[in-house]
Amino acid sequence: MSGHIVVKVSAIDTISPVVKQFTLEPCDRALPRFSAGSHVVVSMPGQDRWYRNAYSLLGDPADTSCYRIAVRRQEASRGGSRFMHEDVAVGDHLSISPPSNFFLPRWNARHHILIAGGIGITPFLAYLHEFERQGASHELHYSFREDTTGGFSLELQQRLGSSLHCYQGARPDFHRILADRPLGTHVYICGPQGMIDAVTRAAKDMDWADTRVHYEAFAAPESGTPFVARLAASGIDVTVDDETSLLEALEAQGVEVPNLCRGGVCGQCKTAVAEGRVEHRDAFLDDEERKRHDCIMPCVSRSLTDTLVLDL
Amino acid sequence: MRLYPRDTQAFRGHFTYQNSSEAIRRFPFPFPEDDYIYSVNIEPHVLPGPEGSVYEHMLDIDEHYLSETAERDMVLREDPDRCLAMPHMRQACWDLLEFVMTHYARDYPQHFSFERQGDDCVWVNHPLNIRQSFRMGEEGTLPTSPLELIGRQVQGDIALLDQRDGDLFMDAGVITSPADWSLAFDAGMSFKQWHGPVPLAHEMGIFDRALKYLCAIQVGGPVRRLNWTMTIHPRMDSSPETFAHWGKDRTTITPDNVGQDVYLRVELQTLVRMPRSHALFFGIRTYLISLEDLVTHRAWARRLHRVLKGLPEELADYKGLSRYRETVVDWLAHYDRQPEPQY
Ligand code: FES
Repeated sequence: MSGHIVVKVSAIDTISPVVKQFTLEPCDRALPRFSAGSHVVVSMPGQDRWYRNAYSLLGDPADTSCYRIAVRRQEASRGGSRFMHEDVAVGDHLSISPPSNFFLPRWNARHHILIAGGIGITPFLAYLHEFERQGASHELHYSFREDTTGGFSLELQQRLGSSLHCYQGARPDFHRILADRPLGTHVYICGPQGMIDAVTRAAKDMDWADTRVHYEAFAAPESGTPFVARLAASGIDVTVDDETSLLEALEAQGVEVPNLCRGGVCGQCKTAVAEGRVEHRDAFLDDEERKRHDCIMPCVSRSLTDTLVLDL
Repeated sequence: MRLYPRDTQAFRGHFTYQNSSEAIRRFPFPFPEDDYIYSVNIEPHVLPGPEGSVYEHMLDIDEHYLSETAERDMVLREDPDRCLAMPHMRQACWDLLEFVMTHYARDYPQHFSFERQGDDCVWVNHPLNIRQSFRMGEEGTLPTSPLELIGRQVQGDIALLDQRDGDLFMDAGVITSPADWSLAFDAGMSFKQWHGPVPLAHEMGIFDRALKYLCAIQVGGPVRRLNWTMTIHPRMDSSPETFAHWGKDRTTITPDNVGQDVYLRVELQTLVRMPRSHALFFGIRTYLISLEDLVTHRAWARRLHRVLKGLPEELADYKGLSRYRETVVDWLAHYDRQPEPQY
């Protein structure tokens, strides 16, 4: 939202062959405080366009002398993570958004079950600092492959002891994890969509209320069929290819759309649609709004028709 | 700005409350148009606002600071339940304390100072003669809870809203000058529940939109809105618990006393995301102006007349104006003598 923050990369640590951790220090003004589960959007100047990716802050929220993020190199990289891995060096400056949060711990929960897959561990690293400080009851189920994100597991072992459950290269039995839990237990999932689906299904099977199940997908916006976005005001056509989100395509044309989460949850990027049908992929609009096809969340949603006319 | 002496009669008893001409000049008159339209009139709280206006700083303080904190103290002594926090709001209360101390010290350095070395803090409030050393986050280093400590030193009411399940819950606050609502009653309620009684707004889908908007407020993006009602005498504490003291005043308005006894009551509401807990700070700064003072500003008099005349019956009832609205409208008519447009 308001004002970008310029930070300096003060350290880069290799967590695993595909994950690097970046420590970001303030340049001109103090870093804003943040709550556990917050992310920042990092803007990266690519060869031919800007990349903007959201990364969870994984450091201790009580310490704002620096921010820490971890970046997993995506095989089918859309550019951002490759840029972070290959082009960023210690001493470089980066521009980030102020932190925002759409994945907050439930302060009134009696017990917290955290389920992380791979790089999905990042928001929970901040949660753990807060839980430890407040003496909140918690446990972590962490599923990873050694060569990808296992690098965090050693640190976690020391911090968590017996409340850490690791699943190396194996899928946890979510029904077992959720069985016989007293009310007041909340479960949080961060990982690939398949894992979120499996846990929410298990929770449903066991009659957990939706309000006790929380998740955040870390994956980049999923690909889809290319389409053309026509801007009603100027008549300009913007081509959206299969790997680019509508929001990114608009930004590449210099059209700024307000945004916060870049993941379909905050509602900031909502844009009116004059013509065409929308493939809604967000978690913000309700069913009524979806049916009208008169608005779209361009950070994640796409078009069902070849052309989508936007009120822009 | 001068903070007038502490005055325990200002908002009760002999009602000694008075606005200086400066306070009248900066009064946040809430009507942008002649018709009162029920809308979500929320806008970004862009800082600093115009110099000297109530929007200049994050938290506005004025000449009534000492009288209002004295009033707050009296209400809290009589009814300690006006300050409450559910256990899960602990972090949010510390957030609030730090937020108020930081902004007061930065914006009014002649009155407050806040020094911090790591977690070791020293807070000085000159007007109230308070000097407090403590460790941030350690309850035992304060004489009272962090919420009560800071709640007693702010001008205006405060609530802290916990956000969960896409809704907001009133789970902590210090409320001593409510306009006919009660923290003890609303505590733990969700946004939609505590707005339950507002007529017309539900059908218009206003709350759904407002709620989504409020849930998306982020650190660094505060917003504000004005809300209004009217009151008899400058009475700050018009809570349901004390209805017996003030309810009957509504029947006392005559053409002779309407100018002195009827007050326009405006709340500057601010909503600010607390950084560590992600709770939403809901600040309610109340401003009172007698009709006599208000009509010194001709344009305000004319507009208030038109707004009150056209106000839908349900809203007048909801705001508790029905018994004396006509008397006020008649009295204000003198200031709105323009010929009606001819068609
Ligand atoms: S940026 Fe948050 S929904 Fe699109």
